[in-house]
Amino acid sequence: MKKKTILSALFLAGILFTGCSNGDDTPIAVNEEEVITTLTVTLSPVGGGTAITLQTRDLDGDGPNAPEVTVSGNLAAGTQYNGSLSVLNETVTPAENITEEVEGESAEHQFFYTVGSGLDVSTAYENFDGNGNPLGTEFTLTAGAVSSGTLTFTLRHEPKKPNDGSLADAGGETDLAATFNIAVE
Amino acid sequence: MRYYALFVLLLCSSISLSQDCNYTLSGSVKDLHDGSLLPGATLILAGTEQAVLSDLDGKYTFTGLCKGTYAIQVSHPYCLSKGFTVRVDGNTTNNFLLEHHLEELNEVVLEGEAYRNQTKTLFENKISNAQLEDFSSGTLGDALNSISGVSSLNTGNTVVKPMVNGLHSSRIIIVNNGVRMEDQEWGAEHGPNIDVNSASNLTLIKGAGALRYGGDAVGGVIVAEAAKVARKDTLFGKTIMSASSNGRGSSVTSQVTKSYKSGWYGTLQGTVKRFGDFEAPDYVLSNTGIFERNASLRFGLNELEYGVEGYYSFFKNDIGILRASHLGGAQDQVRAINSDRPLIIRDFTYDIGNPRQEVTHHLARLKVFRRFEGVGKISLQYDFQRNNRQEYDIRRGEDADNASLDLELDTHTLMLDLDRDLFDAGTLKVGAMARYQNNFADPNTGVRRLIPDYDKYDLGVYAITDYRFGEHLVVEAGLRFDYNYMDVFKFYRTSFWEARNYDELFPEIVVEEVGNQILTNPKLDFYNTSATAGATYSFNEQYNLFFNYSLASRAPNPSELFSEGLHHSASRIELGDLRFGPEVSHKLSLTFQRENTVFGFSVNPYINTITDFMVIEPKEIQQTVRGNFQVWEYRQTNAQLLGVDVDASLAFAEHFRFNHQFSMVKGYDRTRNEALINMPPVNIQNGVVYQNPNVRNLKLSLQSDYMFGQNEFPDNNFEVFVPETETMETVDVSTPPEAYHLLNFSSSIDLYMDQRSKLTLGFTVTNLLDTSYRNYLNRLRYYADDLGRNFLLNLKYNY
Repeated sequence: MKKKTILSALFLAGILFTGCSNGDDTPIAVNEEEVITTLTVTLSPVGGGTAITLQTRDLDGDGPNAPEVTVSGNLAAGTQYNGSLSVLNETVTPAENITEEVEGESAEHQFFYTVGSGLDVSTAYENFDGNGNPLGTEFTLTAGAVSSGTLTFTLRHEPKKPNDGSLADAGGETDLAATFNIAVE
Repeated sequence: MRYYALFVLLLCSSISLSQDCNYTLSGSVKDLHDGSLLPGATLILAGTEQAVLSDLDGKYTFTGLCKGTYAIQVSHPYCLSKGFTVRVDGNTTNNFLLEHHLEELNEVVLEGEAYRNQTKTLFENKISNAQLEDFSSGTLGDALNSISGVSSLNTGNTVVKPMVNGLHSSRIIIVNNGVRMEDQEWGAEHGPNIDVNSASNLTLIKGAGALRYGGDAVGGVIVAEAAKVARKDTLFGKTIMSASSNGRGSSVTSQVTKSYKSGWYGTLQGTVKRFGDFEAPDYVLSNTGIFERNASLRFGLNELEYGVEGYYSFFKNDIGILRASHLGGAQDQVRAINSDRPLIIRDFTYDIGNPRQEVTHHLARLKVFRRFEGVGKISLQYDFQRNNRQEYDIRRGEDADNASLDLELDTHTLMLDLDRDLFDAGTLKVGAMARYQNNFADPNTGVRRLIPDYDKYDLGVYAITDYRFGEHLVVEAGLRFDYNYMDVFKFYRTSFWEARNYDELFPEIVVEEVGNQILTNPKLDFYNTSATAGATYSFNEQYNLFFNYSLASRAPNPSELFSEGLHHSASRIELGDLRFGPEVSHKLSLTFQRENTVFGFSVNPYINTITDFMVIEPKEIQQTVRGNFQVWEYRQTNAQLLGVDVDASLAFAEHFRFNHQFSMVKGYDRTRNEALINMPPVNIQNGVVYQNPNVRNLKLSLQSDYMFGQNEFPDNNFEVFVPETETMETVDVSTPPEAYHLLNFSSSIDLYMDQRSKLTLGFTVTNLLDTSYRNYLNRLRYYADDLGRNFLLNLKYNY
């Protein structure tokens, strides 16, 4: 008899467990907090003039759509530019400014500028982390002779610091990599 | 005590009798209660060191006996060992009766396998027990790896997923103390949440034969069980301590059992394992430490007519994942793969940083059974499992210490089973199962859910019967139906939803649109039929032939259905498919076995044909602001796996034994006519064991393990632009590593032994030659070598 009671209790328990947990609450959406959707490079000619912007923008993050890459114009030969980088997460509103996060963790980050062989352009770091090693959200760019080629911006997380300025030596993980086709005229 | 006295007496008597010594003693071993024959019982003749096994029909024979009285100890895995005295005068026949507690294992294990595993257990009983204890500081997967046909899919060396005949994850059912493990087992980098020390034996069924626990074991079923507790007043236990040089860690496990003649018993068991960074021959594998804590409690009443058992186990594991395996995009992958050494090597530490996994698993079960006259044994079991899995990645800013994945999976299962004897020569097992499961993905991770929130309901019914025709033939057949229903809430990226054409196919499941995501409520149901049929034919006392066909049907798992996003630990984007239906496997398996203590072997060829096999493979490259990623997409195809497993063992001299294992499996995608990814390469193991019971049971063994290079694999390489060199570089994610050969040494000796306790010291060296190698089935093979040499000291105390 006792066993029967146990059995039926168990059965009931099972049914109850199954029945109760039926909270049909719809889950809340998760907005990716670390997605980088947008990199904007603003190149302002030293001494004034129209700034040139390079932008890559991928509003669906790692969804199927490819980033939209735009270059607002060509660089002028022999001109020096003040460059600044802005990194955003635009999947959230208002957009999250990731540049600030990168600058806040400056010792663990560094931007690298890789100039393709055809392009006559040189770059120099303008901001640094607490240890005096390059960070690179600010930089200067000097356009040389008329030429064209690729310019790649790479953000590395936890690179070796100091490094010799090459991606290979720096290591770390790539947080962002964007290649633009640039012309100097 | 009585037996000891008898022993001595008998020893004297048998020595003094120097007369005609050509008599035989034969008969059968039977169950005391129903008279059923007990195959695989061990009979030891005191004083002569003769030991025989009862055959499939429960028969045994001793030869070369003299006239006199003998003491015989009869033991069987599922019975209380018992001593008998027999008077031999001429060729004598005597039947032994044992109290046979009907054992779950016998109920699950089906045709062929039942006998095979059982005899295997006997044939290698001590070895396999010792092996389990040897793996005390390792994982369940490591222990299973020592069985032919079993390999493992590893993430480093601490996440070891068993792979049976080339299949793994959702295709393998793991049964822990009668409970089917529900621990997010779909994930290739999710190790089974079982403490290897909580099991006293492991049974492997290669195929879907064990219908009781499910019909979806396309690969196989692994049954881990605790030891049976005898009905007597006793208190016993064991403690194993081991220390390893590699990982500079140790593991301690202890268990104690108290039992009463009244049938009540209780067992308490616990394990703590702590290792720091492991080391390859040339460098530290940074962030590969592990910290595992487990405990289990079992109690119950074991009467013949009825019984009850409660079991609770707690498993908690913190596992470091090789730091160098966490990458950004494809450009990082090129660097990592082209480098001989991991890109990040730090000094040894016990600290476990990110990336890491933190897993907790609770398992509780309550089982009652009762035998009813004319009906059979009815058992009812309820079990509850809660699995919490947190995975931590390398993250930025405030999220740095926040988990990227936080899943809680609750499972309730109710099982009702009936076992009954059918006439004299057969049995019938029927049962029903109801299961409810809830998965909750915590949104506070700030990372889109890898697996969505869902409720899942499963119902299953099965029937299995076996029947013996005459002396030599046993046939068996089983059938099972399962119904699965899933109620899911899943957010899709709008861009993906549209790119997949889901907006046209499933407009009715859309709940709402939130930003650039769409909330959907898919309700999926699946009907699965599974079946098994087989026969065993025993030619004589030594040769057996087993044939088995099994049909398994597996519904897609949440990952195959819903994956949609970047999988950091694999550095790739993974996409599931909502449109999938079940995959169906037909497996034919044949085993030819010779059972002999001098020279025994088994040869097991098989062919597994799977329609709508779900496989994930690379499809294209996707550009993101983070760089390029390879997109891996699940698809369904027709697959075929063919293979053969061979075991052989030869006692070639006194105290010496040679063991051999050979496993080969070939997997093909029959639709695309190419090889399947991640198929284990051919593996050959040879070992020599010296064991001398007269010298403190000294055991020395040397084992060679040769792993061939996998030469059949799909080409999934892709190209990526490297800005520094302005070239397109090939990312070689396909080419398997080269063949390698490992030597392992192990030894053990009983330091101390009395009637009540025993102290055993073991010393093992794995990868004796400190060989650098990489294993095709290790997911971290791109980034680092496998483990270097390890010295392991092991102290076991039984009391």
